[in-house]
Amino acid sequence: MEFLRPATWDEALAAKAEYPTALPISGGTDVMVEMNFDVHRPSAILDLNRITELTEWTNDGSVVRLGASVPYARIIDELSGPLPGLALAAHTVGSPQIRNRGGVGGNLGGASPAGDAHPALLAAGRDVFVEAASVRGTRMIPIDEFYVGVKRNSLAADELIRAVHIPVADGPQQFSKIGTRNAMVIAVCAFGFALHPKNGTVGTGIGSAAPTPRRAVEAEEYLQGVLAERGLWESGDLLGAEVIQKFGELVKAAASPIDDVRGTADYRRHSLAVMARRTLTWCWNDYSKQIRSAA
Amino acid sequence: MSTRTIQGQKNLQNINQASKDGIGGSPLRPDGNLKVKGEFAYSSDMWHEDMLWGMALRSPHPRANILSVDISEALKVPGVYAVLTHEDIPGSKYYGLEIQDQPALAIDKVRYHGEAIALVAADHPETARRAVKKIKVEYEVLTPIVTEEQCLDPETHGYVHEPHEYKSHGYGNICHEQKLVSGLGVTDEVRALADVIVSGDYEVGMQDQAFLGPESGLAVPAEDGGIDLYIATQWLHVDRQQMAPVLDLPEEKVRLTLAGVGGAFGGREDLSMQIHACLLAQHTGKPVKIVYSRDESFFGHVHRHPAKMHYEHGATRDGKLVFADCRIVLDGGAYASASPAVVGNAASLGHGPYVIPNVKMHAIALYSNNPSCGAMRGFGAVQAAFGYETQMDRLAAALGMDPVELRQLNAMAEGDFMPTGQQIDSPAPVAELLQRVKDMPLPPPLDTEHLDVRQIPGALSNTSHGEGIVRGVGYSVGIKNVGFSEGFDDYSTARVRLEVIGGEPVAMVHTAMAEVGQGGVTVHAQIARTELGVEQVTIHPANTEVGSAGSTSASRQTYMTGGAVKLAAEAVKRALIEKGRRRYGWTHHDITLVGGKVVSESAGPLVSMVDLLGDEAIDLTREHHHRPTVPFDKETGQGFGHVQYTFCANRAVVDVDVELGLVKVVELTAVQDVGKALNPLSVVGQIQGGCTQALGLAVMEEIIVRDGKVRNASFTDYLIPTILDTPPIPVEILELPDPHAPYGLRGVGEAPTVSATPSIVAAIRNATGLALNRIPVRPEHLTTERPGEL
Ligand SMILES: Cc1cc2nc3c(=O)[nH]c(=O)nc-3n(C[C@H](O)[C@H](O)[C@H](O)COP(=O)(O)OP(=O)(O)OC[C@H]3O[C@@H](n4cnc5c(N)ncnc54)[C@H](O)[C@@H]3O)c2cc1C
Repeated sequence: MEFLRPATWDEALAAKAEYPTALPISGGTDVMVEMNFDVHRPSAILDLNRITELTEWTNDGSVVRLGASVPYARIIDELSGPLPGLALAAHTVGSPQIRNRGGVGGNLGGASPAGDAHPALLAAGRDVFVEAASVRGTRMIPIDEFYVGVKRNSLAADELIRAVHIPVADGPQQFSKIGTRNAMVIAVCAFGFALHPKNGTVGTGIGSAAPTPRRAVEAEEYLQGVLAERGLWESGDLLGAEVIQKFGELVKAAASPIDDVRGTADYRRHSLAVMARRTLTWCWNDYSKQIRSAA
Repeated sequence: MSTRTIQGQKNLQNINQASKDGIGGSPLRPDGNLKVKGEFAYSSDMWHEDMLWGMALRSPHPRANILSVDISEALKVPGVYAVLTHEDIPGSKYYGLEIQDQPALAIDKVRYHGEAIALVAADHPETARRAVKKIKVEYEVLTPIVTEEQCLDPETHGYVHEPHEYKSHGYGNICHEQKLVSGLGVTDEVRALADVIVSGDYEVGMQDQAFLGPESGLAVPAEDGGIDLYIATQWLHVDRQQMAPVLDLPEEKVRLTLAGVGGAFGGREDLSMQIHACLLAQHTGKPVKIVYSRDESFFGHVHRHPAKMHYEHGATRDGKLVFADCRIVLDGGAYASASPAVVGNAASLGHGPYVIPNVKMHAIALYSNNPSCGAMRGFGAVQAAFGYETQMDRLAAALGMDPVELRQLNAMAEGDFMPTGQQIDSPAPVAELLQRVKDMPLPPPLDTEHLDVRQIPGALSNTSHGEGIVRGVGYSVGIKNVGFSEGFDDYSTARVRLEVIGGEPVAMVHTAMAEVGQGGVTVHAQIARTELGVEQVTIHPANTEVGSAGSTSASRQTYMTGGAVKLAAEAVKRALIEKGRRRYGWTHHDITLVGGKVVSESAGPLVSMVDLLGDEAIDLTREHHHRPTVPFDKETGQGFGHVQYTFCANRAVVDVDVELGLVKVVELTAVQDVGKALNPLSVVGQIQGGCTQALGLAVMEEIIVRDGKVRNASFTDYLIPTILDTPPIPVEILELPDPHAPYGLRGVGEAPTVSATPSIVAAIRNATGLALNRIPVRPEHLTTERPGEL
């Protein structure tokens, strides 16, 4: 097995072009486990840990450009203001050790339907982009086009993830995850939710309840419609139990889960509806408080 | 050994620090700091110059005929030294704890998913792994026999073992069976005596011991043609007894030394890689190390028997039990392992610590193509306790009684009779334990004003900000036997040596006891200090140079090997005093050993041990046998079958998110009678550990098997409690001495594992109103099940 250790991003791209089957390794919290379980026998490993720019982030006030290897622990400490949904999701990942090593680039690279970053990224809006690069150039892949199948993403063989571009939150965001124990657990299912008052949209993300992470499109459209028609963005008035209930049902309907060792399909649907109702309620309560205090 | 080796020479060093702590003190464990710092040498850390790595090829099918095994490609891999199948076994091809029904390597058929078929030894684990993949096995895959219905209808579904192969007393696909009848049994006339009858069907999933140190060991061929095996096990001598015939060696040429054990809980009572490593070492003439990976470990040891149970209880209007009837079906999987003993415990303890005038019981263990099940902490008693304790709550509800009072009303006490006819002849404070656990202060209610997410079920994953959470409280009590039962003489041996080293009297304790983390070596040193009046004690590494210490299981080691250390130390003490009498002509009758001196209670110090011993060492070995027991009668279950009983009562307080089905155990209180706490700190640790393992069974731990295949052989999906799942566990200890036991002590380790699970499920029922007849309780059970009748 080759072990490639590029010192710069350009060297990394060149290496990936030369060895398209090389397996990138960042935090290694997925890669090393899978090698240990003999899932992978890569011909080469491409170690990204010498490329320090991957562990940096910038914020221009409207968009955060999050380096692929910024570990979850730093997302929690440094970015819970601009990226509250992602920071909440980061909080639920594994254990302190895993959060010190693992990051969003690795979560996207693995593209597991159970990855916790995905629902938060989807909920953060349609303007989330994965910055993918190769010797051929850079592509900005919309998050909605990134996940293409179970543990498959839309990266080309010669591409690497450099960063993720995520709009700075302009409203409350939440993330909830179900596990069968109280810590260190892979999601049975998860849900991300965000209010985007600036453009009058809402964002959703469903984890572990379909072959890929996905958005609850009808639920988003329904809620956007209600908020616009009733002038709720402006008034911040109560949503009412019926709206919350309906939103939950639509989120549930958007999932296509299976029965597996972690949980049943029925339970996943049920709990998604509960999480959808709760996260909507929390976000809306925060939002109306903001509106009222501004008034 | 002359060559360079790593075997964990440091593991016992800290015990050599002088201490004044005799029994009743709480000196710290020698392995504690080392383990926390990562310096403890586990069996998987061993290394030997020139050693090879062994690896097994395992069956992907739960049931198949093996048509052919082609090892030729594997042998061609550079770095491979040997590829072995059952044909290469020099001696007997079968082994087993109680029944020798398991082939060391599969012969013509496989009976469970993960059964070992062939072995490879290579110069590197990666080479071995590659070679294993090159072994070609042609299978004729058969439909596995996995359900109770399939097992009990062999005419239609076939036999796991052909009837002519049976080595047990079983028949059909039944590995072992035990019936029990007492009083009038349970007939329609008896039923008519009850005012209220409750019945229920209960199910217990397959729990795993989930020890953190995977199976591992190092086999070193010796010049005399024998083998030295360094091994993490629970019982050195029974390993040897099973290994020697397969290796075709006399027992004395199979020498075992205990290596650092990373947890056991019953899962190391059976052999795993022992024979395999030795066969490869014999064949190659080189040291061979085998270390299982985590997933292989899930296939490499037996699990807790899953159980299906039917219970029926009848009582008078005022709550007195009239009868109890029970049928327990345990799935023993492909090979017998400890199934007979598990059945014996389930049958004899399966009605709980209650006085019941009329009893019927039928317990069986099946042979199936599921993973083999055997010993795990509290076996037989754990499964049954979930059944009978649920029944007690149901009965209390049906009678409109307080569940604790109902239990107390029927609680057994010293002098009462077990359904086996055995009289309880030492304290059995069942009602008192319940009272004490009930009287302990309750934790404060959930503080919804200042929510701490760590206190809420699921809230570290942000599932609730206080919504949907309901508190529940549940109680339970359980009974477990201590030591091996049904006529088994599981004696222990101890050697104690007293000599002067560096101007101080030093005692050395040598046993074959497997220290698996229970703190046995600490207790041995305490016993030696108490009996011999010395501060310096060293512990000899456990090995087969001394006689058997029996198994580190059945809560028996402090009782049995601790008892042997006591006997040997007392013998050394007598010999020393006798030496003094001969030398000095003492006539005192009140001589004892204190503070390194021989002391007469009336006349004061007589002589220092240093002076009395001089250059001489006193070195004596003693065996400790518990009082004899007898097998249970096959049909009536009657007999003095158990050595000692132990009881624990629990109260669980849980918060349940009733909308999401998530559970957080808020507090798990335990009150247990331990006879005498030789090391109170260790005792509390055992009780808390036992409670935590019980919590795992209550709400998360299960090996999921579908059509005979294990679906979650990893710690990603086999979940054990984390620190955030483990609540405060207040423990109250009673010390009511058992006159038959050394120091009056009672085995500690298993009782809380038996009793705590039902209290947690009772608390969840209390919060949700659901029936919950199956454990582990999973979130989907709490959100889809209809409220049951309680
Ligand atoms: C004990 C434990 C607990 C865990 N708990 C959780 C959990 O709760 N939630 C969760 O979501 N995950 C969990 N994980 C999985 C893992 O930690 C996460 O998926 C993490 O985000 C992976 O990041 P990493 O940097 O370690 O990735 P790596 O292991 O380095 O890589 C993961 C994948 O991404 C690819 N990759 C990495 N970087 C790049 C890049 N720059 N460009 C292209 N491809 C790349 C790799 O080739 C590989 O396919 C857990 C893992 C462990 C071991």
